[in-house]
Amino acid sequence: MALDDRKSEFSFVGTRPNRPDGLDKVTGRAKFGADISAPGMLHGAILRSPHAHARIVKIDTSKAEAHKDVKAVVTRADFADVPFKPGLEGEFWNVLENVMAGEKALYDGHAVAAIAATSALAARDALKLIEVEYEVLPHVTDVDKAMASDAPVIREGAADYSVPAGMHPNVVRYHESGHGDVEAGFAEADLVIEDSFVTEATHQGYIEPHACLGMLGNDGKGELWCTTQGHWIAQKTCAALLGIETSQLRVTASEIGGGFGGKTTVFIEPVALALSRKANRPVKLVMTRSEVFRATGPTSSASMDIKIGMKKDGTISAAQGVFRLQGGAFPGAPGDMTAMCAFAPYNLTNVKQIGYDVMANRPKQAAYRAPGAPMGAFAVESVIDELCKKLDLDPVDVRLKNAAHEGTKASYGPRYERIGLVETLEAAKAHPHYSAPLKPGQGRGISCGFWFNHGGETSVSLSLSEDGSAQLMVGTPDIGGSRASMALMAAEVLGIPYENIRVTIADTATLGYNDVSHGSRVTYASGLATIKAANHAVEKLCERAAASWGIPTDAVKWENGCAVPSGPNAGDFDPRPLADITTHMGSTGGPISGHFEATPEGAGVSFGTHIVDAEVDPETGKTAITRYTVIQDAGKAIHPTYVEGQYQGGAAQGIGWALNEEYIYGEDGRLQNSIFLDYRIPVASDLPMIDTVIVEVPNPGHPFGVRGVGETGIVPPLAAIANAVSHAAGVRMRQLPMSPPRILAALKDNG
Amino acid sequence: MDYHSPANFAEASALAASATGITRFLAGGTDVLVQLRSELVTPDTLIDVKKIEGVSDIIRNADGSWTIGVAATGAEMSEHPELGGDWPGVVEAMDLIGSTQVQGRATLTGNLCNGSPAADSVPAMVAAGVTVTVTGPDGDREVAVEDIPTGPGKTSLAKGELVSAVNIPARGDNGGDAYLRFIPRTEMDIAVVGVGVNLRLDGDTVTEARVSLGAVAPTVLLVEDCAKAIVGSTLGDAALDALAAAAFAACNPIDDKRGTIAFRTEVAGVLAKRAAKIAYARAKGEQA
Ligand SMILES: Cc1cc2nc3c(=O)[nH]c(=O)nc-3n(C[C@H](O)[C@H](O)[C@H](O)COP(=O)(O)OP(=O)(O)OC[C@H]3O[C@@H](n4cnc5c(N)ncnc54)[C@H](O)[C@@H]3O)c2cc1C
Repeated sequence: MALDDRKSEFSFVGTRPNRPDGLDKVTGRAKFGADISAPGMLHGAILRSPHAHARIVKIDTSKAEAHKDVKAVVTRADFADVPFKPGLEGEFWNVLENVMAGEKALYDGHAVAAIAATSALAARDALKLIEVEYEVLPHVTDVDKAMASDAPVIREGAADYSVPAGMHPNVVRYHESGHGDVEAGFAEADLVIEDSFVTEATHQGYIEPHACLGMLGNDGKGELWCTTQGHWIAQKTCAALLGIETSQLRVTASEIGGGFGGKTTVFIEPVALALSRKANRPVKLVMTRSEVFRATGPTSSASMDIKIGMKKDGTISAAQGVFRLQGGAFPGAPGDMTAMCAFAPYNLTNVKQIGYDVMANRPKQAAYRAPGAPMGAFAVESVIDELCKKLDLDPVDVRLKNAAHEGTKASYGPRYERIGLVETLEAAKAHPHYSAPLKPGQGRGISCGFWFNHGGETSVSLSLSEDGSAQLMVGTPDIGGSRASMALMAAEVLGIPYENIRVTIADTATLGYNDVSHGSRVTYASGLATIKAANHAVEKLCERAAASWGIPTDAVKWENGCAVPSGPNAGDFDPRPLADITTHMGSTGGPISGHFEATPEGAGVSFGTHIVDAEVDPETGKTAITRYTVIQDAGKAIHPTYVEGQYQGGAAQGIGWALNEEYIYGEDGRLQNSIFLDYRIPVASDLPMIDTVIVEVPNPGHPFGVRGVGETGIVPPLAAIANAVSHAAGVRMRQLPMSPPRILAALKDNG
Repeated sequence: MDYHSPANFAEASALAASATGITRFLAGGTDVLVQLRSELVTPDTLIDVKKIEGVSDIIRNADGSWTIGVAATGAEMSEHPELGGDWPGVVEAMDLIGSTQVQGRATLTGNLCNGSPAADSVPAMVAAGVTVTVTGPDGDREVAVEDIPTGPGKTSLAKGELVSAVNIPARGDNGGDAYLRFIPRTEMDIAVVGVGVNLRLDGDTVTEARVSLGAVAPTVLLVEDCAKAIVGSTLGDAALDALAAAAFAACNPIDDKRGTIAFRTEVAGVLAKRAAKIAYARAKGEQA
């Protein structure tokens, strides 16, 4: 896409005004998913499988239907007949199967039926009246066991064309990439380390549970309010699952209490609509925390083998990785992403990576910030750390020596444009944290991390009001302060104050299609769209000024919020501020607005480097993170505070993932820890102040240089923390989470 | 569900004695209401003890002993000007429970009668030699705290019986107590191991001790071998190692999502040493 409007001097961009949604959120006025009701509304509840794997022999709903408070009961039969296709080609079928079980319950917590009743309590109690007869089947929840020849088959025919012959049917996608000759590279190395690593599934842990209000009439017209990262995908998916026309369902996104990738698909929304269609009344559904853990989210779990060869001077001569990702009972585990990201920070002559997408009897994995990348970085960066230790090399120097830069052929194929990895490493080296002394019992860890970032389909519309204020409609739910960033970018182009711009997350009926708020795309893509839409409006403002002055449009330019003659030859006219033009717009040609609809393709890739200090209690195995510094390339930080917030959030979630968070399954295949008491996300007092350094190497693909920042920040923490803990404990930790029992056991094994 | 708020313990006891199905007393409700909401326990009868006169009182008796009302909260205990001076271990154990919000409701009695082997205040109370007054259809009896829990979620209270007061002995001279728990995080978690230590010194020598372990067996344990290991010592390394070994030997934990057998056993010894050192320093009048 042509970028004729690149900019590097800014008036508004780079400042730190308060977020426009702040007051509503701190006063409790903001409306989240569950904060809505409608006249005649019913409450839904979902019956879930207590078995990890079971054939559903019979569902008898008659007793529930006969109950006076129950207005509708739905099972799979109440949804559309979406065709089954292998792999991700059949994603609508996969989502349908996840939303409501068909022939089999595929994991503990899988929905099998739902009820709408006159109160939430009545709905919950009435679930007990539904009788389900199950034939319990053997189950598997571990990724390595799910690939073994004797593993129970979750679904025949789910694998796509990519899977080599002879693999277990639970292996559903295969990825292989790289370049050079790894065997030759290993032969050149002075030291080769081969090691294996395991990570458990973790949940995104957003505080707001899934919640929605659905209304669907028998005329096929519907309304849906829900907490989501993308209401157009919710619209498209719900329409497909219910067999109605997409445009007949209007979806409005509520304020969102966290998503982190976990709210990029639907769970309860189609169920609420199906119940509503049957009851002919609005139906509200709100998940409990336990339902959130059992049936939404988590990441994949992973098992990985890494082999890296290094020369004495720190040059990596060859690198190879095998990444097996378990993504629940459906295709979609991002084994390909893990493989592609694992070695992406390095300029390698010989590299090879293999990724497997494996099914097991667990909930369908969902995206979680840079899906797949953190696990791979954990394994690869641990081995690099071990090589540095054995060869007595500085871990930052070694990474600098091998760092990818502009023109490097990436491990996953393309050549990089201008990137900022080297700058983050140099900033790490220069940071006081890197040279600060460590106390006894402490260790320091380093890791780099990479994420692709994404553009995606984007529509934005901006309209000017008579008084000179502006309304901006974007279609990407605000999951990290993006309304503030959009307003800053619009203010920059229009030259009017930030406060004079009202940003709204428009519903699906108001704007063209928008992809989900994922892939760190919002500030990049909706931001680019906002700039273009504002430019579009500016063109019209200039036209109006030109007409009033009786000079050609190209003799007018826009400067500091005013139309001015483009030069002395254009004539001598007083500048016309925006409000001066909009006051008269009704009589000079009508409303002035600007819009943008396209798929921006220039999302620049992003890199970060993290420095972590950890202290391990050798008697109990308990880890404290004592210091943490995040250094990441933002291209251009539109609102630096919210960029820092993304960096800190990535580190905080990474600390949880590294130290204590995990899905724990019993022998029976049931999830053991489906509450926050036992699913241990960090509490505030577990975290140190997380320092941040924003590196700005402008992205050539964005007018202001923006790179997405939302995801890269969770890629390095697992590895950086593991390296710090391994140094502090004096023993290499190869399994996440590094919970106290695991660390104490490792210390004992080590003597 | 029937809800009652009796005016005295005799009435509460009579209500409980005649109730059918599942009965729960409602003190702070931080266990009862959570279990209700999550459908773990749906009581048929709920007897609220908070309307009984004096249940929130914290009283120091003439002989130096303390009587704590069954609805006195963790926050009230922490804010009491003198209780923490006498029994810092008991107060800090109670204070570890939950968050500020939970502290405003949670009680010693509820923590004890909920019957969790991981209850934080219970090892501290056992070490301190605390007893409870139990009111039943036949009147009152006094029972040592360690005799109340009989297994996870179970107590020795008979139908119609309830706790009507918590009695903490007089601190006396040269004594100190401490409670430590292990959790993987820094707060808002459940004890993987808990250790209460209470001792008395003559000069530098330990003359009396009570050591109690939580979360390492079906009930909180009073471990006499731990006490024996340090009585007569000045808490030197040998005594501390013997203490850790006795704690290790007394453990009978389970492997579960919260911790492994090996981990709990090992850490019980580590915490016993650390808690003993704190109690010792306190007995010597040092800040710890
Ligand atoms: C967020 C949160 C965090 C928590 N953290 C901890 C923690 O860190 N450590 C910990 O140990 N606990 C913790 N708890 C559990 C709980 O707060 C404690 O067990 C608390 O002490 C219970 O006291 P309560 O007054 O709220 O009891 P209630 O819930 O009112 O009652 C608990 C039980 O005691 C019985 N009972 C109450 N009064 C009497 C009586 N007079 N006679 C006989 N039986 C009676 C009830 O029938 C019930 O079975 C936590 C709970 C929550 C919600």
